[in-house]
Amino acid sequence: MSATNPSPLDAAQVAHLANLARIALTPEEIEKLTGELGVIIESIAKVSEVATPDVPATSHPIRLANVFRADVPGETLTVEQALSGAPERDGDRFKVSAILGEEQ
Amino acid sequence: MSTAELMDFDKAIELFEPVLGFEVHVELNTKTKMFSSAPNPAAPGADAGEPNTMVTPVCLGLPGSLPVVNEQAIRFSISLGLALGCDIAPSSRFARKNYFYPDLAKNYQISQYDEPIAHDGAVEVELPNGRTVRVEIERAHMEEDAGKLTHVGGATGRIQGADYSLVDYNRAGVPLVEIVTKMISGAEHDAPELAKAYVSTIRDIVVALGISEARMERGNLRCDANVSLSPRGSGKLGTRTETKNVNSLRSVERAIRFEIQRQAAILAAGGTIIQETRHWHEDSGTTSAGRPKSDADDYRYFPEPDLLPVEPSAALIEELRSALPEPPAERRRRLKDAWGFTDLEFQDVVNSGLLVEVESTVAAGASPAQARKWWTGEIARIANQDSVDPSSLVSPSDVAALVSLVESGELTDRLARQVLEGVIAGEGSPADVVEKRGLKVVSDDGALIAAIDEALAAQPDILEKIRDGKVQAAGAVIGAVMKAMHGQADAARVRELVLERATGSAAER
Amino acid sequence: MSELISLTAAELSEKLSSREVSSVEVTQAHLDRIAEVDGDVHAFLHVSATALKVAAEVDGARNLGARLSPLAGVPVAIKDVLCTRDMPSTAGSRILEGWIPPYDATVVQRLRAAKLVPLGKTNMDEFAMGSSTEHSAFGPTRNPWDLERIPGGSGGGSAAAVAAFETPLALGSDTGGSIRQPAAVTGTVGMKPTYGGVSRYGAIALASSLDQVGPVSRTVLDAALLHDVVGGHDPHDSTSLDRDWPCFADAARAGKASGSLTGVRVGVVRELGGEGFQSGVSSRYAEALDLMAAAGADIVEVSAPSFTYAIAAYYLILPAEASSNLAKFDSVRFGLRVNPPGGGTVEDVMAATREAGFGPEVKRRIILGTYALSAGYYDAYYGSAQKVRTLIQRDFDSAFAKADVLVSPAAPTTAFKLGEKLEDPLAMYLNDVATIPANLAGVPGMGLPMGLAPEDGLPTGIQIMAPAFEDARIYTVGATLEALLEESWGRSLLSHSPRFPLDPLPEIGDARTEGTRK
Ligand SMILES: [Mg+2]
Ligand SMILES: [Zn+2]
Repeated sequence: MSATNPSPLDAAQVAHLANLARIALTPEEIEKLTGELGVIIESIAKVSEVATPDVPATSHPIRLANVFRADVPGETLTVEQALSGAPERDGDRFKVSAILGEEQ
Repeated sequence: MSTAELMDFDKAIELFEPVLGFEVHVELNTKTKMFSSAPNPAAPGADAGEPNTMVTPVCLGLPGSLPVVNEQAIRFSISLGLALGCDIAPSSRFARKNYFYPDLAKNYQISQYDEPIAHDGAVEVELPNGRTVRVEIERAHMEEDAGKLTHVGGATGRIQGADYSLVDYNRAGVPLVEIVTKMISGAEHDAPELAKAYVSTIRDIVVALGISEARMERGNLRCDANVSLSPRGSGKLGTRTETKNVNSLRSVERAIRFEIQRQAAILAAGGTIIQETRHWHEDSGTTSAGRPKSDADDYRYFPEPDLLPVEPSAALIEELRSALPEPPAERRRRLKDAWGFTDLEFQDVVNSGLLVEVESTVAAGASPAQARKWWTGEIARIANQDSVDPSSLVSPSDVAALVSLVESGELTDRLARQVLEGVIAGEGSPADVVEKRGLKVVSDDGALIAAIDEALAAQPDILEKIRDGKVQAAGAVIGAVMKAMHGQADAARVRELVLERATGSAAER
Repeated sequence: MSELISLTAAELSEKLSSREVSSVEVTQAHLDRIAEVDGDVHAFLHVSATALKVAAEVDGARNLGARLSPLAGVPVAIKDVLCTRDMPSTAGSRILEGWIPPYDATVVQRLRAAKLVPLGKTNMDEFAMGSSTEHSAFGPTRNPWDLERIPGGSGGGSAAAVAAFETPLALGSDTGGSIRQPAAVTGTVGMKPTYGGVSRYGAIALASSLDQVGPVSRTVLDAALLHDVVGGHDPHDSTSLDRDWPCFADAARAGKASGSLTGVRVGVVRELGGEGFQSGVSSRYAEALDLMAAAGADIVEVSAPSFTYAIAAYYLILPAEASSNLAKFDSVRFGLRVNPPGGGTVEDVMAATREAGFGPEVKRRIILGTYALSAGYYDAYYGSAQKVRTLIQRDFDSAFAKADVLVSPAAPTTAFKLGEKLEDPLAMYLNDVATIPANLAGVPGMGLPMGLAPEDGLPTGIQIMAPAFEDARIYTVGATLEALLEESWGRSLLSHSPRFPLDPLPEIGDARTEGTRK
């Protein structure tokens, strides 16, 4: 990172990222993270030094393809098992607070 | 929005060129889900199930659970891609689309992003006026469906104003193929009809392939419709809106028409169109603003590390290609010949989006003429009245059963309409309704003769008139008898009996 | 009876199958040891209430003449990252406190099928993010060699439990070194199998393309025995390798018996050593190389220049995958729910829950990963990191053209003091400098003891890596080296432990004195 760009990200960005990640960070946490992440990002940004266009990306360490399952029904959870960890339920469904946003 | 803020459709098309785009989601009818061996509620004969009874740890996104791809879903997707004239990618990949929503168990949707399984196809879409439009397909990609939310409290059962929501994950993980068109221009006045015909064509294709139940009212087939308007001669693209989940053929048509009229009114008044999703309201025939597109739409796609590339062999692709059903245009030609319909009769079926229904009804044993008559007649009439698609009301096999009851003389046309009503009301099969409502034609001559005698007693001069050769006078008796029998008599038989009675009485004398 | 805890799994297996001891006796001895020392070590988050019952069932089956697997009746501890339907599975996080999954991880199913006796769940850094186990939401685990020091991480609980003789065997998981680095700093053996060699189904995911479950033990043979039980194809994990694996225990026995490394080309990775490595680590490493050379090995130097980018690539790939994997912790279907003051929408509840339920390191990595995947940054960060991964694989390929196995120190330092690096994430990340490349490339790697650092008397570990699928080669070479080292020491490293075997742990004063020996 060049000296003219001392911090790769600012507090507003961290707040935005926290919102994307659904974590209600406190202002203190945002401030602390902005500093810490700045240092980390500066040190990891060096990946772009060697990641030239001719190098293909690897997403899986062992190259495999076409791993499929036969279309045969298997065992399901019982309703009680499915809901056993639910923080809140109503009958046989999971209960959540009112939803602000709309589906994607 | 009141209609006052809409521009006249013809005027709108005069000023603006409509540009359309569609995203159609097709639920595949595999036995199990896309990434889990849980039973698929979109499978043939399956239903939504009691809440959370069709789930595994994978469907619930439980910590530690992992997806495994359903091979049949891959085959179906390739077949669909081929039927859409697409190229099948030699290597395609799943990706994660990250966003938080309570119906999305993992808070990411496994979908495909930059490497879809099928791309660059086209379908020929026939419009009611005989015009054919080529709709280019950008891609068809595989993904998983989300669970089902029920919003509780508030007045409407809608998300706005609800007190809380309940989640059922039975639908989570149902295999989907999302078919995305390229931008469609040149539809002009036909834009609404094209929209309906396009979705209908997709529906015909997936039904012919046997890969989806394709019941729009059940959400097996869902359409998101994009509309933008380009001012004539500007050469500039307009801002588009995306109207979500328009779940019947007629709604697709209406929604497009509405959006064109709405956007035209705004643009003509100097306003701007906001890029947003919009919601279709079946009852009022309008759309309303939903979520604006924002930077919250940063889905952070990346290759799904739990899954591997899909690399179908050329042999598999050729196997599936050779098993494809005939293309829609050829199929229409074949059916028209087989059924012996006139151009007009056949267009009527196609334009009503009832080709599949009539075909299935004929396959179930009905004559083509009767199948057409019921679907485009009484069933379409009720559907129109209820603002639903005819196919959502009754199954082809029930229609065929109804036709057969009429043809065997067990039901009159009039009784059959009552039986249809009962079937639509959920009273069971036609045989069940006949049984429960006691709607059989009265074929016991004794009962009919008793009713005839009663009617004749009330109008003693009628027999004389008949004997005098005024046969048409029998009509009054027949009417009275039919009324007395609550319509459950065969009018022709009653007529026979009345005439017999008149001549027989004469002989007595 | 209590000397039972000093036996290896292989030794217990013999005594159990000859019915010299019962599984109930063995299990009771280890439960007693846990009761005795775990208050100090804190290796366990949960001790099974049914271990003795399971042990009694194994004994019953054996008495009826049932044919049992070699490890039947041998106790095993399970890292809390693995789902167990009879014990809470928290991954060291408050957000999963008390959660009992409705299903078993595949490896746990296999333990049960082979009739091992699960003793309980071991402590770990929250969601396996860390190198010291200090990031556990339930308090740190302490190194049995010195209770003031870290046991490594994230699998510090499994390593410490084995090092403190609370269990002969444990399962761990290794995303960037979480099995091998704790092994190095506790004087134990830990194996990260080839990616796909052991099922990940039911292992709470950190970074899906890096995670591997593997064995933790006190000997190479014991690790191999456990690997044989849990490894192999699992149709529930798409990345699981569908191939026939050799018997790893046989491979280890062969290595132990041969005592020779003649013809084995041992590649010394130039980039994994020198600067940044503690002097006592380097000197023990040099001695181990000498020992191997003396046993006939061809020591060759290999260079892997891309390894210098491994940590950077790792800290992009891991947080990116983790940010997505950890999105499921949203208070809807399982785990913690925190309602913000005054209620709020489901969005508010999710955000409040994740704020309260995740610790600082987890939040740090989720935010980092969210950033790395964001529109506009993907190519520079995540995309570039995936390319570095290709370069690292190529470096491994050329190194393995010159060498049968690669070696390095397993960790750059001996166990450091609790709290020492907690406020310096970058310093903490450097603990995995030697182990991360194997995860990025998917190749197998083992950490095993190579002696005590002269300056602090604490364990050091050597790492042995092999090409993908050649896990057996590591067991063979590892068992040979282990035998050579033990011969040079006159006994096993852990028998040097101030805690061996029944020395009561509460004498913390001694530990402090020893800990300050440097
Ligand atoms: Mg869409
Ligand atoms: Zn979609």
